[in-house]
Amino acid sequence: MAQHQVNYASSAGLPIALTTVDHILNWGRSNSLWPLTYGLACCAIEMMASGASRYDFDRMGTIFRASPRQADVMILAGTLSKKHAEFARRLYDQMTEPKWVISMGSCANTGGMFNTYATVQGVDRIVPVDIYLPGCAPRPETLQYALMMLQKKIRRESANMKKNTKQNLRVI
Amino acid sequence: MRKYTPKDNVQKKSYYTDRFWVAPRIPREAVEEGTHFAKVVAKMGEFVKEAYVERGQLVIHIDAKENFNAIKRLKEECGYAQCSEQSAVDYLAQDGEFELFYQFLNLNEAKRVRIVCRIKENESIESIEPLFKSANFAEREIYDMFGIKINNHSYMKRILMPDDWEGYPLRKTYPLQGDEFAQWYEVDKIFGKEYREVIGPENRDPARIDRYDTKRFSRVGYEVPFGADISEGETPTPIEYSETLLVDYNKDAGKQLNERK
Repeated sequence: MAQHQVNYASSAGLPIALTTVDHILNWGRSNSLWPLTYGLACCAIEMMASGASRYDFDRMGTIFRASPRQADVMILAGTLSKKHAEFARRLYDQMTEPKWVISMGSCANTGGMFNTYATVQGVDRIVPVDIYLPGCAPRPETLQYALMMLQKKIRRESANMKKNTKQNLRVI
Repeated sequence: MRKYTPKDNVQKKSYYTDRFWVAPRIPREAVEEGTHFAKVVAKMGEFVKEAYVERGQLVIHIDAKENFNAIKRLKEECGYAQCSEQSAVDYLAQDGEFELFYQFLNLNEAKRVRIVCRIKENESIESIEPLFKSANFAEREIYDMFGIKINNHSYMKRILMPDDWEGYPLRKTYPLQGDEFAQWYEVDKIFGKEYREVIGPENRDPARIDRYDTKRFSRVGYEVPFGADISEGETPTPIEYSETLLVDYNKDAGKQLNERK
């Protein structure tokens, strides 16, 4: 018989938190979003600025990784040429589940001003995109907002990875 | 896949063209006696078919079969030690020929010379790579963009487009937004041709609004559930204002407001 019985219901100050598995898993996922360093064009400059000290993505747990095996988010920052599309998809496939994609800037969203034979007209033709980020190029604040929106989205999701069944192909 | 049939200068259709516009021509001046360029023309001798000065640059037309020897003499005897650019111009629709040009720089005299020659569509031209290392990439680009084969090149391969690309993008017969092969290239390569139907054709007009697409568009005042079929019209859903936040001033809005009106 313990000498000091704890009344959990009445002791609010005790170090105990009650939660669901979904909630705690998504809390972890959304606060350690590690993006793949994937700069394709001038948007990459803004992405680099976002990661550097002034905008400091590290404080949100967003640390850029050089390997797709360690990354959760692919930020496609810039013009994706048709020659490169194959490799972008391969890098996406190499990322481990769960994974998300942010399409950064006009060129990645729709091909932008490059309405030509050599540019992919929107990266959603090859990878499923979670967040489209408008701008040419989007400022670091915009990218930060996109990441916060993605965190919000992840927190709403179910922790079992059912949502990824839709990720095999884009469904209009 | 449908075989690509060339159409004459389809790139023109992508741009607005003024019918009455006449492109200004740069005046062609004769080579003056006693100048550096006159000496160059004299040294080039039998290679010169035509020579004139354009914007302070000497232009020499030569026979395409003699390009290597002519350029060798230009380099070794006239001091043009740098080949800064070479490319081609598509005159297939006009004359059935390509115009190839080489741009040279003499670093001692600070003068530039352009060597111009013309070849037919299926002819090839000798590489000047043994003379100028910079010709390596430039000649690969000519091959990539125009499909002109270069003889005795050390690495004749596409430089900008993917190796399995079909067509030569800088020809006037190549459509700016790509032929069928180009438009489906990434889909065919990554997913396979059977996924063309799943992914759909490219949307070349990002500002396009589909009136009946309820998955991506929603009409204000006519909102329907996601993906509903509205081909036979939709019922209006009038905008309702919250009493506390927004006031619809067209409505009867209470005694005080009616007095103010």
